[in-house]
Order: sequence, then C-alpha cells, then structure tokens
Amino acid sequence: MTARSNWPLYEVFVRGKRGLNHVHVGSLHAADEEMAVRHARDLYTRRNEGVSIWVVKAADITASSPDEKDPFFAPSGDKVYRHPTFYDIPDDVPHM
Amino acid sequence: MFDNAYEALTEEGDARWAFGTGFADPLSGVDTTVPSGVDGAELAAYCLMLGDDALIMSHRLQEWCTRAPELEDEVAIANIGLDLLGQARLLLARAGKADGTDRGEDEFAFLRTEQAFRNVRLVEVGNADFAFSMARLLVFATWRLALLQRLVDSVDPVLAAIAAKGVKEVAYHRDYAARWVVRLGDGTELSHQRMQNGLTAVWPYVGELFTGHPVESRIGVDPAELRAEFDAVLAQVLTAATLQLPETPALATVLGRSGRDGVHTEEMGYLLAELQSVARAHPDATW
Amino acid sequence: MSEDPALLAHFEATIAADQRVEPRDWVPEGYRRTMVRQIAQHAHSEIIGMQPEDNWITRAPSLRRKAILLAKVQDEAGHGLYLYSAAETLGADRAELTEMLVTGRQKYSSIFNYPTLSFADVGVIGWLVDGAAICNQVPLCRSSYGPYARAMIRVCKEESFHQRQGYELLMTMMSGSDAQREMVQESVNRWWWPSLMMFGPPDGDSPNTAQSMAWKIKRHTNDELRQRFVDMSVPQAEKLGVSFPDPDLRWNAERGHYDFGAIDWSELKRVISGNGPCNAQRVAHRRKAHEDGAWVRDAAAAHAAKHARREAAA
Repeated sequence: MTARSNWPLYEVFVRGKRGLNHVHVGSLHAADEEMAVRHARDLYTRRNEGVSIWVVKAADITASSPDEKDPFFAPSGDKVYRHPTFYDIPDDVPHM
Repeated sequence: MFDNAYEALTEEGDARWAFGTGFADPLSGVDTTVPSGVDGAELAAYCLMLGDDALIMSHRLQEWCTRAPELEDEVAIANIGLDLLGQARLLLARAGKADGTDRGEDEFAFLRTEQAFRNVRLVEVGNADFAFSMARLLVFATWRLALLQRLVDSVDPVLAAIAAKGVKEVAYHRDYAARWVVRLGDGTELSHQRMQNGLTAVWPYVGELFTGHPVESRIGVDPAELRAEFDAVLAQVLTAATLQLPETPALATVLGRSGRDGVHTEEMGYLLAELQSVARAHPDATW
Repeated sequence: MSEDPALLAHFEATIAADQRVEPRDWVPEGYRRTMVRQIAQHAHSEIIGMQPEDNWITRAPSLRRKAILLAKVQDEAGHGLYLYSAAETLGADRAELTEMLVTGRQKYSSIFNYPTLSFADVGVIGWLVDGAAICNQVPLCRSSYGPYARAMIRVCKEESFHQRQGYELLMTMMSGSDAQREMVQESVNRWWWPSLMMFGPPDGDSPNTAQSMAWKIKRHTNDELRQRFVDMSVPQAEKLGVSFPDPDLRWNAERGHYDFGAIDWSELKRVISGNGPCNAQRVAHRRKAHEDGAWVRDAAAAHAAKHARREAAA
C-alpha cells in the first residue's frame, strides 16, 4: 500500500448524554470526515443515536505538552473544538 | 492480589451488547394475536418473504467477516448483518405465531427445504467483490427501506412495529452502501470500473424486486409501488458516483416462478447446506 | 542511545508514583519499543482471533447463537481498532503494523493457531480462551501507559460478555443430547492445555518479565496469572460437568491452590515457531483480505482527495 492511500487518523470525542462534556474516547482511520463520524458511531457508540460525536483529524490538533514546556494552551490549541465543521455533509454525496 | 476491576467490569445490566443476543424468543412479551379480518396463513407467508430476504442477505454479509477492506468496515458490515439478522428473527417468529403452528424462528431457518424459502434471488447470489456487495446492498436497502416505510401502517400491529424498528436500521444500511458506491464510482479508474461492473452484475436481479407475489399486494405493500422511489434514489446516487445506470435485462423466471415462489439460483443450495449443517446434524439438540 | 538524565529521572518518577505515562511524554526508547510491540501484538491477536470463531458464524445452529457470535467477532475487530489506536499514540502506524503482521514479522497469540473443529469450540473459546485472556488483561487496565490502560478497560468490559456467552452456550449444550455433551468434552480436551500456555513461558524462562514489571507494563508474572486461571476454572468445570485432561490436577490445601501437571512446552514451541496447525492459514487469510481491500482503500483516499480539491476550488 502506498503512503498516499493511507487514511488519516481521526480523534473521536463522544458526549454520552446531554449535560456532559464531549470526552475523548479514542481514534480511528477514515478517508474523510463523513466516514470518520460514521465509523466512530459504529465503533465507539454502537450506533446509539442519542449521543453526539465529534471527530477531528489528529494532525489538526495542536496540543500543549507540559513535559516539553510548551506554552499552556497556545491560542491554536483548542481550535478544533470551536469549529465543528466536520459535520458538514458534502454536496455530491446524497444525504440519506 | 488482584484488581477488583474485574468485579466492576462484569457487572450485570450493561446493555451495550448487540440487540437480540440476550433473549431466546424475539417476540417475548408481545401480543401476537392475528387481527380480525387478516388471513393468518397469508400473513405468515408474507413474514417469511421479508424474513427470508433479511436472513439470506445477512448470511452474505456475514461472509465478509474477517475479509473487509478495512477494520472500520468490519465493524460496519457486521452491524448491518446483525440488524438484518434481528429483523429476520422477528419476522420468522411472527410467521410461526401468525400461521398458528407455533413454529419458532430456528425451525424456519434451519429445517425448511430450499423450495420453502421465499427470499428474492438478489440476496442469495455469492459476493463477487466489494463493489458487487456494495451495489447489492444499495439496491437491497433502497428497496427495503421504501417497503418498510410503507409497512409501518400495516394492519398487523406486530408487523408495523417490526417495520418501524427496521426503518431506522435500513436507512443506515442504504446510507453506508450509497457512500461506498459514490467513493468507488468516483474514486480511481480501477474502482470506477469495478463499481460499474458490480452494478451491472447486480442489475439482472432488480426486476424481480418489483414484480412481487400476489400475497404481497394483498396483505402488505405492493412492490410495484416502490419502483419510482427506488429509481429516483438510484439515479441520485449513480450521478454522484459518475456511474451509468446498467441496461442489463432482468433475469428470467423459471416457468413464471422465482424466489418468492421458492425457485432459486443454484447458489442457494450451497448457502443453505452451510447455514443448516450443524442444526440438521443434531436434530435433537438444544443450543 | 544516550538519554537525557533529567528526562529519564522524570519518567522514572512518574512510574514510581504510579502515574500514567501519556502520549507526547518523553519515554525511554526501550519503553516505547516494548510498549508498541506489546500493544501491536495484542491488536494483531484480536484481529487474527476473529478467524477461528468466524469459521462458525455462517453455520451457527440457532439464530440467537449466530447473532451472539457475529456480535462477538465484531467486538474483536473493535478491540483491534482500540489497540491499534493506542499503538499509534506512540508513533506507530497502523498500516506498518499490519504490514508486519501479514509478513510474519510480528507475532500474535499462538492460541489462534489452533483450529476450531466443532461448534462447541465457540463455547470453549469463550469460556477458557477468553477467560485466560481476561486474567492476562485485567491487570493491563492499570498499565503504566495511559492510552493502553484505557483501551484495556473497554476491552475487558466487552470480554466479560464473551466469557459469559461461552459458558452459557456450554451449559446449554451440557443439558442437551449425549452427542452435545461429548462434543463439549472433546473440545475442552483440545483447548485446556493451549489455554494454560496462553500465559507464556514459566517465569524462569521469561526474558522480558523483570523489565516489564519494573516499568509497570506488566503487573503479575506469567505463573501467578496461570495459577489464578486454574483456580478459577476448576470449579467452573465441575459445575459444568466436564473434566480437564490432567490427571495431576488436584486441590492443594497447603498452598491454597490447585496443583496441575507439567505443561508440554515442546508443542507450543513448534506452534510459536510457525508450525502450528493454522499459522500459515491465519496469516495468509489476513494478508489476502488486506491485499484484496487495497483498491477499495485507494479509491476512498482518491475520492476524499478529489472532494477536498473541489471544496478548495469552490
């Protein structure tokens, strides 16, 4: 398999029920955001319809790392949580 | 010396495991009286048609297990297989109550002869490749979703409830298949070709879905009514997938008979031989 | 490789304080390597371990058993995914790990190189093989590496279903026909010793144990866990009405444990070295699935790239 076709890694956050935070539950590989959300639902929630799922490309996460003495929560550090654009449904895929 | 984690982890009452794994009678606690004015034998025959479609389709999906293109798809395809297996169990159990014989789901699944199976031929043919299987799943789920959406108004409240549960599931199946058809159709040159071939190979089995059996229009949904919706969804998906609607003609019947009449393809015998082998080898066993 | 003494001291202090090591923490190269190998082998075991049970899905003799088995094998795919994810937090790449598996450069649990020859094997695998796995894995919920420990909590939770369904199937079969009871005993006879071997070589022959214990990657020795498993299993077998094929198996009141016979490691060594009944078959099956799926994965990646380009142009 070529590196080109490696599906990127996504981090998955699940809110189990209303009133709770989204919690990081793990990660998975997907070709795109839509596939990632669907796979996350299958894998981490067994398609429990009531929960909210966020996925974000692992490569897009900027993190502080205390042991590396990074600045604590650099401005970009939490950007993925504020822009949940990964819920957009591509136009050329029929929305079922 | 050991963590008490084990105790904590084995607590009863965790409902996370798959539907239908925790009970033996899928219709337990349900009022299965046949409504007045409904012919129980016809209702049973109809439930077997829809139940066998789900059972045999699930079997072909189970065959993908350990063979899917990616692990994430292992999980997704198994989910679909489980959903359909659950639908089959409910429908076969309903048939046994409706016809008054009180036969259980397993008697129907494991002890009927091939001629007594009422599934359409679409679901029984073997998986050629992933493209074929996704084409088939798209066709099957699009057709079945349209059917179940109408069946929620069935005169039989049990059938209506089974349909209502199935609608959510099959909507997901259609979505999963449609997305793969689009990705493969509009992916690489190779995948486009394979997807087109898969669709073409599936197409001869499509016609049968809409001709139906007299029982269907009498007690359930007349499948001919579903064609327009089916065509519209397929057209939408195939356009997004840059695929051509196949022109392969429908498979002929055998002296006017096909799956709904118990006349199947050659592959059906092998499928049932596998499905029924252990159950038939131990007729007096309990599992 | 020279390692910064301050970083090393910080790492060792974290471990000593029973704190979890987290992704992006500095770790000694040896820890990283050991951890990746352990998690990857565990992930591979889940994925290869699907095959012996998959062997019976399409033939399961009741629809309920079929649903249970399909759900179980699906769980194992999920476990593999959790674990590959944990390995990736250490910089490993799933595609590379898969490559290592299908080319035979990384191992998986040898138990899966034994064949499943009757439907009773489905029950016995749940009871004994998953039971042994739980004994091995529950302590890993406290592994020093955080992502692995968290993945193991999920895995163990699901494994408990697996063990219970296996035992329940066997109880049902034991209350069935004579042929079914014979089928169960025959299956137990084949799986008992391989299950004991799942705990690995005796402590005296286990080269990695000391370092793994120090790093809190492992929490108990192989022999401790094996004894625990025997002690748990014997009463379960009695309740079920089956025997284990070991004439030396008896309660030792003085030790407060069951004594059991010497394990024949020569056969296991043959299995580990690649000559088990199913080694070649299991890896070939996985390799074929992986290779057959390549065009599909390529297509999905190509589609995603096209879509991203179109979106950027819009």
